[in-house]
Amino acid sequence: MSNPIYKFLEEKVKPNFEEGGKLEKFYPAYDALETFMFVPGHTTPKVGSHIRDGIDMKRTMIMVVLAMIPALLFGIWNTGYQHFLALGETSTFWENVGYGALKVLPIVVVSYAAGLAVEFIFAIINKHQVNEGFLVSGMLIPLCLPVEIPLWMVAVATIFAVVIGKEVFGGTGMNILNVALTARAFLFFAYPTWMSGDKVWIGGGTDEAVAMADGSTGATLLAQATEKSSGFVNAAGAEYGNTFMDAFLGFIPGSIGETSVLAILIGAAILLITGIGSWKIMLSAVLGGYVMGLIFNAFAVNPFMEVPAHEHLVFGGFAFGVVFMATDPVTASQTGTGKYIYGFLIGLLAIMIRVFNPAYPEGVMLAILFMNVMAPLIDHYVIRTNVNRRKKRTAAVAA
Amino acid sequence: MDYINIFVKSIFVDNMIFAYFLGMCSYLAVSKTVKTGVGLGAAVIFVLGITVPINYLLENYVLKEGALAWLDEEFATVDLSFLSFIMFIAVIASMVQLVEMAVEKFAPALYGALGIFLPLIAVNCSILGGSLFMQERQYANIGEATVFGLGSGVGWFLAIVAIAAIREKIRYSNVPAPLRGLGITFIITGLMGIAFMSFMGIEL
Repeated sequence: MSNPIYKFLEEKVKPNFEEGGKLEKFYPAYDALETFMFVPGHTTPKVGSHIRDGIDMKRTMIMVVLAMIPALLFGIWNTGYQHFLALGETSTFWENVGYGALKVLPIVVVSYAAGLAVEFIFAIINKHQVNEGFLVSGMLIPLCLPVEIPLWMVAVATIFAVVIGKEVFGGTGMNILNVALTARAFLFFAYPTWMSGDKVWIGGGTDEAVAMADGSTGATLLAQATEKSSGFVNAAGAEYGNTFMDAFLGFIPGSIGETSVLAILIGAAILLITGIGSWKIMLSAVLGGYVMGLIFNAFAVNPFMEVPAHEHLVFGGFAFGVVFMATDPVTASQTGTGKYIYGFLIGLLAIMIRVFNPAYPEGVMLAILFMNVMAPLIDHYVIRTNVNRRKKRTAAVAA
Repeated sequence: MDYINIFVKSIFVDNMIFAYFLGMCSYLAVSKTVKTGVGLGAAVIFVLGITVPINYLLENYVLKEGALAWLDEEFATVDLSFLSFIMFIAVIASMVQLVEMAVEKFAPALYGALGIFLPLIAVNCSILGGSLFMQERQYANIGEATVFGLGSGVGWFLAIVAIAAIREKIRYSNVPAPLRGLGITFIITGLMGIAFMSFMGIEL
């Protein structure tokens, strides 16, 4: 290994953390940071199993984070864009990005800092390696929050989700509910005024300045814009036709990462090509949502039911949830058939909650949480069915 | 539509476990495997589905003020509602006895697995809770009461089966020692409660 940085770490820094070193206690923390940058040196023995690929959990997680980058970048730009749009000012690309970055990046930093602090503490107490799972959750949490969320709430929710949602079950890979969604649900039920309503989706929406600008123009651009806000569009039927393209490209207010279906699709492509996200779940969830939309269209007794099925798929967090959260390999169904059922029901429930329960516009989050709870049961019965089928087959052969 | 509404509502929105936390003792104790969970859940559906309509009849034709008017004019002012607890319990206890005999006869293995918790359905709070909710909500007819009873049972069934599957899944998880067993089960129940909150306020 000729890399000078690696050499320096290996010779000068690492001994401090190894057994007998000064900082022995903090070895898990050191290990986490080292393998973050370098493929770990341990390989499988010459005899026995043969692992041909260096991809481990850390690299898998990094891939997912990479897949989320388009959504994050678009979210940063869109935050600025929506802010200036609400003010009624024109802005350049860089002004949008600058404003968005100032709003979004602190949330990302707080989420990572709070979550990783908890992870490091648990790793040091339990004397195991720091698990990489939080790399993804730490990025997902900011992306599914409204931009105006106070930073301390982000920290509280993250700590709650990591401790109660994950660490008490034994850490990464053991949790039953998606960590990021646990954080979001926690905020949703604990601080509902910050998670829904008209103002939180636009940067500066809760500030005096915007409110005043809003009042002085009289046009209530903010109110108009937020009518199309995250999760669901208010029941003003005529607007739907015009907003489909906007909603697909993401020029609408909403949670930071969820607005642009295009950016999310880029992420989905990365997940699918690398084989990290399950296409079975994504496909069946989209199908489920579409079918439910069609069913509602057929009845269409109120404006919520008249929303065309294909538009349900681009509004709100549907695409984001389906691509990044439903496919979480830990909390989703593990069996092949189970994945189809799991995904389909997520789509179905998400649209159902949206339509039947206008108080909870973000049906996707709750649908995924609910199916997370049901996933082990689905798996159980899929496995039982397989066992019974094979029993029958062997019985037939024997007879 | 009314029946469907009551049914869905009593399963998801007013879930016995996640909305009212009734019947927790057997829910926690028997949810170690899906198989016993299914058995007890089915027994609860049956008992709720029988006792709620019977108690509905009792309530409306015997106990409520003026309910005895069908006997004779002079009973029109009699109010026996102070007897409702004892009557409801008596009905429930006899029904549970019936279930117990049936299970022992037809599924002895399940009978062994359920153990003391089968007779304990008699004092399962969700069963008496079902009858008391029925009394409080004043369903229009016996059909609605039956649907409510069955729905509550199905909701309880769903809850115990779901948590049993989760507990089977986390059996090999490295849960911190102080939380193993009941501790983690309480936490799971809380988290499941969050997931079930998605149905709050749904009106069909």
